[in-house]
Amino acid sequence: MPEVLEAPLVVEFPFTRSLGPVQSAFLTGLRERVVLGVRTGDGRILVPPVEYDPVTAEEIRDLVEVAPTGTVTTWAWNHAPRRGQPLDTPFAWALVRLDGADTALLHALDAPGPDAVRTGMRVRVRWAGERTGAVTDIACFEPYDGDPAQPSGHTGDFENPVTGIVAPARLDYTYSPGRAQTDYLHALSDRRMVGERCPSCRKVYVPPRGACPTCGVATSEQVDVGPRGTVTTFCIVNIKARNLDIEVPYVYAHIALDGADLALHGRIGGIPYDQVRMGLRVEPVWTEGARHPDHYRPTGEPDADYETYKELL
Amino acid sequence: MTREIAVVAFARTDHRRGADELSEVEMLMPVLHEVLDRTGLKTADIGFTCSGSCDYLAGRAFSFTLALDGVGAWPPISESHVEMDGAWALYEAWTKLLAGDADTALVYSYGKSTPGSVRDVLTRQLDPYYVAPLWPDSVALAALQAQALIDAGDTDEPALAAVAARSRGSRADAAPQGDYVVRPLRTGDCPPVVDGAAAVVLAAGDRARELCERPAWIRGIDHRIEAHALGVRDLTDSPSTRLAAERAGAFRRPVDTAELHAPFSSQEVVLRKALRLDDGVRVNPSGGALAANPVMAAGLVRIGEAAAGIHRGRSDRALAHATSGPCLQQNLVAVLEGDPR
Ligand SMILES: [Zn+2]
Repeated sequence: MPEVLEAPLVVEFPFTRSLGPVQSAFLTGLRERVVLGVRTGDGRILVPPVEYDPVTAEEIRDLVEVAPTGTVTTWAWNHAPRRGQPLDTPFAWALVRLDGADTALLHALDAPGPDAVRTGMRVRVRWAGERTGAVTDIACFEPYDGDPAQPSGHTGDFENPVTGIVAPARLDYTYSPGRAQTDYLHALSDRRMVGERCPSCRKVYVPPRGACPTCGVATSEQVDVGPRGTVTTFCIVNIKARNLDIEVPYVYAHIALDGADLALHGRIGGIPYDQVRMGLRVEPVWTEGARHPDHYRPTGEPDADYETYKELL
Repeated sequence: MTREIAVVAFARTDHRRGADELSEVEMLMPVLHEVLDRTGLKTADIGFTCSGSCDYLAGRAFSFTLALDGVGAWPPISESHVEMDGAWALYEAWTKLLAGDADTALVYSYGKSTPGSVRDVLTRQLDPYYVAPLWPDSVALAALQAQALIDAGDTDEPALAAVAARSRGSRADAAPQGDYVVRPLRTGDCPPVVDGAAAVVLAAGDRARELCERPAWIRGIDHRIEAHALGVRDLTDSPSTRLAAERAGAFRRPVDTAELHAPFSSQEVVLRKALRLDDGVRVNPSGGALAANPVMAAGLVRIGEAAAGIHRGRSDRALAHATSGPCLQQNLVAVLEGDPR
């Protein structure tokens, strides 16, 4: 069996999220170094505050300022911080019940080591130097042995409240294509197109995915297909894709390679875009250093009869 | 309840093996074939198909549609998917059978956790405003829960090590617990990262009796969720598990076996308490999620293992539990019984 192929895959996007009135007041407050909670129908103060009572689902809007000092209710020592976490030196994760609140807020606690942390210890907010209206405006908590800070009674009305956050997310993967696609990609590097035949319905799939989607059984018998094929259907692309150095308009087509029972897709070149037609016979054009054909061009053969490819549309 | 519904077959991958060389469908397909073979059914005989998986695990968009290749979905089948553990796919299939819309159902789930960093991937399910921007990984959150249990006097590190050792089939004094991952949790307290898949077949009434010598009848099944804010919850308890168990009828009579989906040793402590399991109950004879935790399949595996014990005559009344979310946020409980012998 050939070696398993793998490649890095990064999934990364910024999520833009709008805020409800309670979330907006809380995050704007952090920007202004004010911590707000919300009062529930039964008089409890939730920090961080939410829009709806987690027990009764009642809409709650009554904002109450609490102190930036509080007590650790549970903690965990993180000796190896990971990407994106609040501190890049060892720290404790902590749930902190701020003075005046009835529930606890999750954040990092900067402490010299696990022996310096215990449940019940007193801490205070360390504010970030640059604050934008996000939970990271709290840089972390730090040990504190003074009296509870006295909140000023802020009502939650601010100039220029934040109405949304942008939360970037990035996840890193090692992509491996699986057994069938690995075999297909290995063959491509020898400029061969290899499909796989279903043992039950005898259809040949290219590129193969390892299973016949009709029969639900594994495919394994390799079959050389192409290199020539027939355009079964196509579209004319008029919008230039970013990072793609191809002049528009161009034709993108479904191509049934000879011997295959499923069409793959590719770009058609070597012919004006408005002369491409169903039934056009084409062959791959390879370029140095690329694993996949660059495009397909006409072979000059007569067009294929519709009857020969109508099942492959 | 108007219709009796049973688990009639179960299959799972050998989760201890890596599946680097296989795509998701290549990993899943043998499990689907095995579960169908046990009943003699073909895809075309199945009334409803439901799957559970999560695209974020392997970073492949719409991976569940590719996984359908392994089912053989032509001519078109009646099919659904949940972006959750397969235990919740089973719940959906159960309601479908209960409503009389089908007599048989194929339920499967799979997860490839090894292509990504599952500790980080799972941060994306958290509150996106207040929690996810801090990237607290799944071990960190479980460690906060474990410390709360230690503070409450519900457990200590040696007791957690004993849970881990029992799950992995080794003696407590011989099994190295390893170093802290996030203190107080050590390597041995955390689930191994594996790839895997599982599948069950459900059938109603007489159809179940035709397909299986001793069907595992679902006497009750229910799932409940708690607040998403960790600081609102009592992390040493699981009221959602207890409520789901009540609604599933778990407390009406004792069970002989319990398959608990506790990815962390400390979570077994919470679940035993919430479910009032005493020492007479066999807990996780399969090894549980500490032996193998194929994310998105580990909950369905619990139901399948509980059912398989009944099929083989090793159990008469079993409880199966599945969880989802941080620190046991959402919980499903099913009660399974075999016919009297
Ligand atoms: Zn086939």
